[in-house]
Amino acid sequence: MSVSDIQTTVEAVWRIESPRLIAGLARMARGDVGLAEELAQDALVAALEQWPDDGVPRNPGAWLMTTAKRRAIDQFRRNERYAEKLGEIGREQEHKEVTLPDFDAGLEDHIEDDLLRLVFVACHPVLNTQARVALTLRMLGGLTTDEIARAFLVKESAIAQRIVRAKKALAAAKVPFEVPEGEERIARLSSVLEVIYLVFNEGYSATRGDDWMRPALCEEAMRLGRVLVGLVPKESEVHGLVALMELQASRTAARTARDGTPILLLDQDRGRWDRILIQRGLLALSLSEAIADGAYGPYSAQAAIAACHARANVPEDTDWARIAALYEGLAKLRPSPVIELNRGVAVGMAFGPEAGLAVVDAVAADPALKDYHLLPSVRGDLLEKLGRREEARAEFERAAGMTENARERALLLDRANGR
Amino acid sequence: MRFMVIVKASEQSEGGQSPSAELLADMGKFNEELVKAGVMLAGEGLRPSSEGARIVFSPDVEPSVVDGPFAETKELVGGFWILQGRNKEEIVEWIKRMPNTDGAHHQVEIRRIAEASDFENLTPELAAREDRLRRQVEGQA
Amino acid sequence: MRFMVMVKGSEESESGDQPSKENFEAMIKFNERLAAEGRIVLAEGLTTSSEAVRVWFDGDAEPRVTDGPFAETKELVAGVWILNGESLQDVVELMLQCPNPENSGGVLEIRALDS
Repeated sequence: MSVSDIQTTVEAVWRIESPRLIAGLARMARGDVGLAEELAQDALVAALEQWPDDGVPRNPGAWLMTTAKRRAIDQFRRNERYAEKLGEIGREQEHKEVTLPDFDAGLEDHIEDDLLRLVFVACHPVLNTQARVALTLRMLGGLTTDEIARAFLVKESAIAQRIVRAKKALAAAKVPFEVPEGEERIARLSSVLEVIYLVFNEGYSATRGDDWMRPALCEEAMRLGRVLVGLVPKESEVHGLVALMELQASRTAARTARDGTPILLLDQDRGRWDRILIQRGLLALSLSEAIADGAYGPYSAQAAIAACHARANVPEDTDWARIAALYEGLAKLRPSPVIELNRGVAVGMAFGPEAGLAVVDAVAADPALKDYHLLPSVRGDLLEKLGRREEARAEFERAAGMTENARERALLLDRANGR
Repeated sequence: MRFMVIVKASEQSEGGQSPSAELLADMGKFNEELVKAGVMLAGEGLRPSSEGARIVFSPDVEPSVVDGPFAETKELVGGFWILQGRNKEEIVEWIKRMPNTDGAHHQVEIRRIAEASDFENLTPELAAREDRLRRQVEGQA
Repeated sequence: MRFMVMVKGSEESESGDQPSKENFEAMIKFNERLAAEGRIVLAEGLTTSSEAVRVWFDGDAEPRVTDGPFAETKELVAGVWILNGESLQDVVELMLQCPNPENSGGVLEIRALDS
């Protein structure tokens, strides 16, 4: 294998092994996640140094863990500070030989719990959102600093600093290595879902010509969501988030024209919708519904809306009445004028433009929608359907003036002129 | 990226023999690892080729049906996964961990699944457009 | 019931040559029909074996990896559907209506899934 082949292999092994490695080391390091991550990185460096000569070990995960532990003990011998942290690793400071307790015993059983603890710590509220995202992608995604930087269009040094500061903040706040319970758990889980969805949206918003790491964020977010499903299978919103991401991602190939112009959902070639993701998304949604007994949280509700579109082979088959009802439910969970606008579109499709316009007009003056070109665009569409041609023209022209996308502007001007 | 992992058929799978309990258990655990890691998108086993058929197409002639079984086991698929991964090296690392209980497996093939961007250069319209552009450019040279 | 329908590999599929305009459009129409009938579980094309990798297992020995391309095209799969069907006969009759998978004809293999 060439040097670059080995590098690629080490990186692949790292993505597979590092979350469990860090989680296991964190437990041994009495919950010091920062230290665990450093020890893991030491093991990675050792792999990059030794595997080109010795070959890739048969059990790379075990090699990394053994190496990390050995490094930890070396550190312990040299540094009292580490001795405090690695309390379980040999209390016999008087002896020259440090005996290593059998860490592997029961490691398998604990590792899922440790992984979940790691998830919660990475998304701890003492960290700001950027820090949570960086730490999650680093420790649970196994992404390199460079990869994270390219994905978020910032300098590598900025990400490196973010991670260093995040670890310091966790240590300073003495964040415990544990899974929260009760009320706190709900809020903390919500924070985890928020981080994952943020990563997804960053990837989903990537455009042609962007660094390849950006759309890769969608797959990574879906993967993290699935990992979380495995760790907390009884949480309906976790299934709901996975469903939402998979259903949204299913439309990726149909969303943009070759020149990069966005294509609206109703205009998309549904033959380009990804069936694997649609099926998986619908399955995840049904699991969510079964657990929550039909009561939707915000992610499940959005997934249910996406599912209505996914189930329709052609736009005419869309169950708009159901979508309108789902938006109504979503609006109660997350009141927002944008949601009301979407509800207006659905109501218009289901019950006629008069009803739709009534919903839209109720939020038309909301300052949050001041620069939102979809508002006049939607009003224009409804007015046109009501035969109010001149008012429709005015709205489409207003919308055209608000959008920066040349192609969209042209389309809106066409509609203004009745085409 | 997505990859199809193709597990070749074997005399056992073609003979309709059930795998041993040990192999089933080991493969079950392996499948679980793939699911827990969030990389498993699909995975199935195929029934023996005695329960299958082939259709042979020829231009200008009606297609003809050939019933299974098919003798060339090396040509046959026994099972597959569809896995998500950043690159094929990642999938290789996963597949190296596939249990080989009973010496059941011999060869597994990993193929990248084509994406929309793979076809981009290849639609007739775009090919025609590129042809025209090329002729234009050449005309100017 | 579900069935895997494979387009068998050939020199043509491995060459990366494009289908003729007629075949391409006929196949798109056929897939649209399959979709409208609720037949499609998945439909994917595989990139050529030049990008492929094989992992070889031999007892307890460490698995060995070889890179494509692989010359025995008959051992390859070029594309794959998973379709819903009542029976093998049902899917055979359906796929007899499929346009030529390749310019030179092509071979489909239909296999029942285990579940």
